[in-house]
Amino acid sequence: MTTPVIELRDVSRRYDGGPPALKDASLTVAPGEAVAVLGPSGSGKSTLLNLIAGLDRPDSGTVTVAGTRVDRLGEAAAARYRRDSVGMVFQFFNLLDDLTVADNVALPALLAGRSRAEARRRGAELLGALGVERHADAYPGRLSGGERQRVAVARALVNRPALLLADEPTGALDSAAGEEVGKLLTELNADGQTIVLVTHDLDLARSCTGRTIRIADGRVAEDGR
Amino acid sequence: MSALGRVVRAGVRRKRVQTAVIGLATMMAVTASVLGGSLLVVSSAPFDEAFTAQRGAHVAARFAAPPRAGAVAGVTDSAGPFPFGTAVPDSRGLERAPLALVGRADPGGPVDEVAVLSGRWAAAVDEVVLSADVPFAERLLDQEIRLVDRPGAFTVVGLARSVSRTADAWVLPAALPAPTGYQVLYRLAEPDRVDDAVAAIRGVGEVVGAQSWLVVKEEAVRETAVYVPFLVAFGLLGLVMSVLIVGNVVAGAVSAGTRRIGVLKALGFTPAQVVRAHVAQALVPAAVGTAVGVLAGNLLAVPVLAETTEVYGTGALGVDPVVDLLVVVGVLGVVALTAWAGAARAGRLRTVEALAVGRTPRPRRGRTATRVAARLPVPVPVALGLARPFARPVRALGLVAAVVFGTTAVTFAVGLGTSLGAVQTAREPDATDVVIGVRAPEGDPIPTGATAALRPDTDRAAVTAAIDAQAGTAGYYGIARRRAAVAGMSGSVVALAFSGDTSRSNYQLISGTWFRGAGEAVVPTTFLTATATSIGDTVTLEDGGRSVRLKIVGEVFDTRNDGKQVLVDAASLPGLRPTMYHISVREGTDLPAYLAGLSAALRPLGVEPREGRDGGFSDMLALIAGLTALLTLLLVAVAGLGVLNTVLLDTRERVRDLGVHKAVGMTPGQTTALVVASVAVTGVVGGVLGVPAGVALHSAVLPLMAEGAGTALPASAHAAYHPVGLVLFALGGLVIAVLGALPPAGWAARTRTATALRAE
Repeated sequence: MTTPVIELRDVSRRYDGGPPALKDASLTVAPGEAVAVLGPSGSGKSTLLNLIAGLDRPDSGTVTVAGTRVDRLGEAAAARYRRDSVGMVFQFFNLLDDLTVADNVALPALLAGRSRAEARRRGAELLGALGVERHADAYPGRLSGGERQRVAVARALVNRPALLLADEPTGALDSAAGEEVGKLLTELNADGQTIVLVTHDLDLARSCTGRTIRIADGRVAEDGR
Repeated sequence: MSALGRVVRAGVRRKRVQTAVIGLATMMAVTASVLGGSLLVVSSAPFDEAFTAQRGAHVAARFAAPPRAGAVAGVTDSAGPFPFGTAVPDSRGLERAPLALVGRADPGGPVDEVAVLSGRWAAAVDEVVLSADVPFAERLLDQEIRLVDRPGAFTVVGLARSVSRTADAWVLPAALPAPTGYQVLYRLAEPDRVDDAVAAIRGVGEVVGAQSWLVVKEEAVRETAVYVPFLVAFGLLGLVMSVLIVGNVVAGAVSAGTRRIGVLKALGFTPAQVVRAHVAQALVPAAVGTAVGVLAGNLLAVPVLAETTEVYGTGALGVDPVVDLLVVVGVLGVVALTAWAGAARAGRLRTVEALAVGRTPRPRRGRTATRVAARLPVPVPVALGLARPFARPVRALGLVAAVVFGTTAVTFAVGLGTSLGAVQTAREPDATDVVIGVRAPEGDPIPTGATAALRPDTDRAAVTAAIDAQAGTAGYYGIARRRAAVAGMSGSVVALAFSGDTSRSNYQLISGTWFRGAGEAVVPTTFLTATATSIGDTVTLEDGGRSVRLKIVGEVFDTRNDGKQVLVDAASLPGLRPTMYHISVREGTDLPAYLAGLSAALRPLGVEPREGRDGGFSDMLALIAGLTALLTLLLVAVAGLGVLNTVLLDTRERVRDLGVHKAVGMTPGQTTALVVASVAVTGVVGGVLGVPAGVALHSAVLPLMAEGAGTALPASAHAAYHPVGLVLFALGGLVIAVLGALPPAGWAARTRTATALRAE
């Protein structure tokens, strides 16, 4: 049996005494799998993603990603884990306005201690593969939404992570750009990239993932393998 | 509570850090201003204050016989006649110089209300109150003293001070049954017209002497004039910095609240209500900080003012309430004005624009700097931080200004401390390892009866033979003292005749050379001023019927005896025998053992050697050094707070960017490096600008202080800075900036990434 890339066991998370955002959630994701996490607003999708990314820690339960107990990591170790093992794509891109496209993409590699030349070479390679290499020296503000999200994907992949996490990656895009991004994610998965996609968009989930998990009131309500 | 009140309360509570910074910055600014302001007020006219408090005598006239009663033109009040006499002390520990004795039944009266500093006023004919200005007076409290040609002993029951300096000692009138004259003290309607008043006073009796308050003032002011330039410098630094930091903090707080202003306007608040809410939000912590600052400033001023009080004996100099009022109104006014200006601008913004602040992309400043920094051979967080000031140039300028003031204060303070240390060393020119005789403290008493004095009959040859024979002696010199007159100069001077190896002394020349033999003299600045002479001129010293012509070859730093001294080779005044010997021991000599050995050798001669250095600071220098440290600490703290606030604003504003950095793998350490690096450029620039400013301030203030003290300074006092030290001070700017940036950097590093990414 293949060792899962992601393994959550009985994970719970509650914010400031409110109702649980996640309650006793358990799931596994195998290497090379593409999983869509669906659910209404406030259902706990983003909390799940944050816990997998090491951006947050559960109140109880365990989160293991690529053999690392993420729930036990301190801030510094979590940062190293993110840059080495996880790539993140956000709904609003979260590109840094004062860095060029090339510098945005190279940033995680530089933070990981790679040389400037190596980081730029890897960034250029990804920008080329994603079709936005002509914008390398431009600033993100000049790019369209779809182009910005491609740049964000390039940044997420620059350190060759085991896992790509996408939080509503098409939520801020028009339908054409959204389709482009969906196609891109499908291609990446076809190349073996493990992907966890959080979305409201059922069509996107169906088109680019082979499995959907439905979250409701903080619980895994349905796991459609 | 009204809606506006709720908004203000919520704003104060929610923005806890900014509220605390405004409160702290205001407190420190107020403390520094109250302290500096109070000292400035007190020091600008301390004599006048004391003179007014004591209803000082504009003219102290001495009559041969009691004057006739009756009005005197120009006189508003008078006291006396008091019997007057002179007496020469004949007791251990008192200088054998005539004391002016005045018979007064009590220290009060309409003119010259004498301040009793310790003890009480004389109540019996065998009791005396000494002026605190008399050398060694404080040691004689409750002791008995004898006066030449007067039977019996007097008990010193009190120490007092007259700002008008009308006597050296006071007794009951009955204790002066045969006075040599009568003293009458006058206050004038027009204090500047002393000559006219004296002419009128002559109409009521035979005036044998009259002392003008202007002469007394000139001497008194010299004692404290040294404070004024120093306090003006710190006062100005404090005030400018207060305005800068408080303004910066408040403007930043309003700027950071622009989006909230948009929300308030969307809810229906008018621009005027928005402005009132933000002014009140700034004024609440500022008012608390001001209250604490006034209290702290007043408390800190107490010991300083007590020192000034002691100098003038007023006992009534306190913090001027006007200073408190001005500082409170001034600082709160600055806070209100700055908050009003910032909030009014935000209040005028269209609601949709105010709401969009923080959500829309910022102006594209600083991108070139980012590109350049990215090419620097430094880790990427450092490169990102270094470029940051260029994205917010105005904010960076505010930060630079804070660091400049902090560095200027430190550079100035350290320079001043070094100079004061050099002055202190130079003030004790005879501070050698071992002293035989009576050491000369302030006032340079001529030793007469003290235990360790070399009596006239002490065998000098035997003393020097013992010193020569003592193992460890490196060298020594002897000093003979003599009061003498200088032709063309009123009063007497002290002639110091040196024999032996004076290279062991610590006399510091301001200009010219040391004397090389008979006929040459070295004199202090005050002597040159008083005699209107300069190096190369010749003066005539009249000593007991003989006249000695001396060519002035050097100007020396020597404040003892008010600088009324002449330093000559013993060959210039033959026949004088040293009253003191100053000995230097060889390096590595065990000083206690040396003293024990020499003591044993000298005991048969009735002479006791003592250790010669006390290392103590004069009260005034210690006070200035303490004040310098305190004011510098306050200014540096305010500068650090200014940096902290600016970096905090910047960090809060960029929290989402920091969240992105952390999301893509930036560790807490790298985040700290980024934030700290963002102040590195401004810290270095501030330091580099602040150091020359501090040096310039030192160069401007030190000569003014010296001028106030009536002397030039030796080169050692001016050479306050070493190049390495200057580089360190410049780095001090970086340290101030980094210390101010560390708390926000820690906050940025600790902020959970998910929280930062959610922040708007």
